[in-house]
Amino acid sequence: MKFPIRRLVLLFAVLALVLAAGCGDDDGNGESRAPEVTVEEEVEFPAGSTMAELADAGTIRIGTKFDQPGLGNISLETDEPEGFDVEIGKLIASKLGIDEDDIEFIETISANREAFITGDRVDIVIATYTINDERKQQVDFAGPYYVAGQDLLVREDDDSINGPDDLAGKRVCAVTGSTPIARIRTSYPEAEPVEFETYTECVDQLEAGQIDAVSTDDIILAGYAADPKYEGKFRVVGEVFSTEPYGIGLPKGDTEFRNFLNDVLEDAYEDGTWEEIFDATLGASGETAPEPPPVDRYP
Amino acid sequence: MDFVWDQRELILEGFWRTIQLAALAGGLSLVFGTLLAVMRVCPIPPLRWAGATYVTVVRNTPLTLVFIFSTFGLPRLEIRFSFFVFAVVALTVYTSSFVCEAVRSGINSVASGEIEAARAIGLPFRQTLSLVVLPQAFRAIVPLLSSVFIALTKNTSIAVAFSVTEATSILRRLQNQDASATFPLLIVTAAGYLVITLALSFAFSRLERRVAAAR
Repeated sequence: MKFPIRRLVLLFAVLALVLAAGCGDDDGNGESRAPEVTVEEEVEFPAGSTMAELADAGTIRIGTKFDQPGLGNISLETDEPEGFDVEIGKLIASKLGIDEDDIEFIETISANREAFITGDRVDIVIATYTINDERKQQVDFAGPYYVAGQDLLVREDDDSINGPDDLAGKRVCAVTGSTPIARIRTSYPEAEPVEFETYTECVDQLEAGQIDAVSTDDIILAGYAADPKYEGKFRVVGEVFSTEPYGIGLPKGDTEFRNFLNDVLEDAYEDGTWEEIFDATLGASGETAPEPPPVDRYP
Repeated sequence: MDFVWDQRELILEGFWRTIQLAALAGGLSLVFGTLLAVMRVCPIPPLRWAGATYVTVVRNTPLTLVFIFSTFGLPRLEIRFSFFVFAVVALTVYTSSFVCEAVRSGINSVASGEIEAARAIGLPFRQTLSLVVLPQAFRAIVPLLSSVFIALTKNTSIAVAFSVTEATSILRRLQNQDASATFPLLIVTAAGYLVITLALSFAFSRLERRVAAAR
């Protein structure tokens, strides 16, 4: 029997085209709804300041995360970093008169943020960067611009859990070896800890009804709640039981630059830009923006 | 080493869970595996096919996949148990296929003259099997079953990724608390598994000698 190879090839070609077209259609939905920030036309800064240097150079290197949905993330469709941290970065650039296309986003992971600042690989770091005294030995922080805290993600229809004190006898999932699972074990021994390798597995079990709650930083949970895949299925409880103030990392000792960054944040709090940014990124699930935290101008 | 000593209760708790997993899954696999083997040799063709299909599918599936199916798949079908039960289910499903093949090899080792003799005196299939064939089959496969159960004991450690706090998951938790204790922890945990498996082989070799004398 002669095999109709040509016809088979044709069939596959058509199939491939249809698939490609189908994929193409999805792209339209992935557009970010981030607010347009107007770039300052006329900027005046004291000569010799970091702000003047950056404004003259017309570019800024911002370290952020590339793998945190809702915060700093490069998705398969866009190829551009997007999220809350990224938008804060664009805001700062705009106040320096730098166009968002001239920003150089550089990936920083948790372990290398101090090294990237002290080694002058980046100008600032906005990467879910918790302010603490240990880190202040090496770098300075503007902000905080957001205070995260360990929180709980539960199913939308479950009203039995409204805070960490309701966890007695409940199955609470966090990632193996993480700080949240350790905190659940030590501070809430009545809860039944459940461990998986990733938060996605935890969320999967929550959706399937095998566990009662997932626990980690509220901002990460908000990312899951906002994920279109899980629309209307989960809610973030909103009773945080730890404090993680996220700051903007900058080289130690540059107080003038730090004051400038703090001013930008405070202005954004006042004129509503901060809230707009929140609504467009983390608040995409309908989560209302919290009160912005007061910036800490430590000496 | 001090750290390991301080955590001895937790480590023992982990091994207790491991033993529970192995014992429950072992007992259940012995029952289901034997039933499967009987299906595979029985005179009703559909049962034979069903048994053969089960063994072919399950024995050639990685255990981790079986675990994923029980822990993440069953809840999607509205079947809910604790994660411990899911682990027992996964281990039983998997080990049963190996027990089945061991028992079947034992059944095949029984001389055909024995079966013919049993039928000649008028024993039906069920009695031929339970009075003549299976007792001799089990005697022959004691060393084989010993390997199957040792493998099962070590396989319980896969449950670490499926939220069962057995010995390996305790190892990982403690290692995370104090990375400098990694080697002592590894050695203690490996020794713990060794104690269980050696006890198993010892028990099985005793059993082997006892049933061998009866031949």
